[in-house]
Amino acid sequence: MSDTAGMSDTAVMAGDAPGHAAGGHDDHHGHYGVPGYDPLAWKMGMWLFLFTEVLLFGALFIAFAAYLHTYTWEFARGSKQLNIPVGTFNTLVLLTSSMTVAVAIGAMQRGKKELAIKLLDFTVGCAVVFCIIKAFEWGGKFEHHIYPGSPHLAAKELGQQIYFGLYFTMTGLHALHVIIGAALILWCRARIKNGTVTQDRITFMDNIGLYWHLVDLVWIFLFPLFYLLH
Amino acid sequence: MSQADNTTAVAAHADDHHDEPHLIAYSTYILIWLALCTLTLITVGVAMVDMRHMAIPVALLVACIKSTLVLLWFMHVKFENRVLWWFIISGVGTYVIFVILTFADYAYR
Repeated sequence: MSDTAGMSDTAVMAGDAPGHAAGGHDDHHGHYGVPGYDPLAWKMGMWLFLFTEVLLFGALFIAFAAYLHTYTWEFARGSKQLNIPVGTFNTLVLLTSSMTVAVAIGAMQRGKKELAIKLLDFTVGCAVVFCIIKAFEWGGKFEHHIYPGSPHLAAKELGQQIYFGLYFTMTGLHALHVIIGAALILWCRARIKNGTVTQDRITFMDNIGLYWHLVDLVWIFLFPLFYLLH
Repeated sequence: MSQADNTTAVAAHADDHHDEPHLIAYSTYILIWLALCTLTLITVGVAMVDMRHMAIPVALLVACIKSTLVLLWFMHVKFENRVLWWFIISGVGTYVIFVILTFADYAYR
């Protein structure tokens, strides 16, 4: 049964296409009667881009894993200096924002524009909360004289220097993605407002959603690896 | 006939919008979200209990389960075209090969 679910959209398409005069090419998702609109191609392009993101973060994760293997105890001592409740809260904020973007797309698919916009606003709110908390976390580290290149950090063991180097690089790169993602969501919101993203022409929103979920996926791995190494 | 297995995934609009994307019920998203939050709390719980050598494998396992949920439902991969399936599998597969090769090298140095 479960694999029929994967094929069901193709089945629906094949079954329903003759009833609709949208042209003969129903061999892919892409036809809503809008010329030049090819959702499958657009989505594939977005996934290709996401693979480059996976490789970008992936290389850093490999570096992290290799150093974790060598400096297990130093990494654990570094990890003890991070605040688990704060990290957990931020994880929940990001998971919630991922859900609201998914529901916003669902609302848009059902033609509920106002609900979609409200959910996108909420998602951007979550992104802002995430960044503010992250800024306070970083600020707390700076106050303890832990920042890239600080003399205090340079006096610590090599393993801890590497741990905090990776911490600032990876959470910083991730936070940059959160900021870009929030900007993209606002762009999508504007395009819904001006009518260039609609129920029948929704792939732009789908792709922005994919980007946002990728940001969430990266954090799903970042959080336990940095915060929970006790 | 395809609606038979769509008890949660509502296909209510199937009549007025012929080939529109697969609709997933809002409640499904909320259930996935609850599962993700629960799994997060489980990882934190496991880390708090001193499990020594098991903590990282458990954390990674839970993270893999969480990312599968996000990929399949939030990113709609479950309902995507076959072409996109293979596309994603080859992308993730490429990264897995990088990881395996790196660690095969690293472990035997």
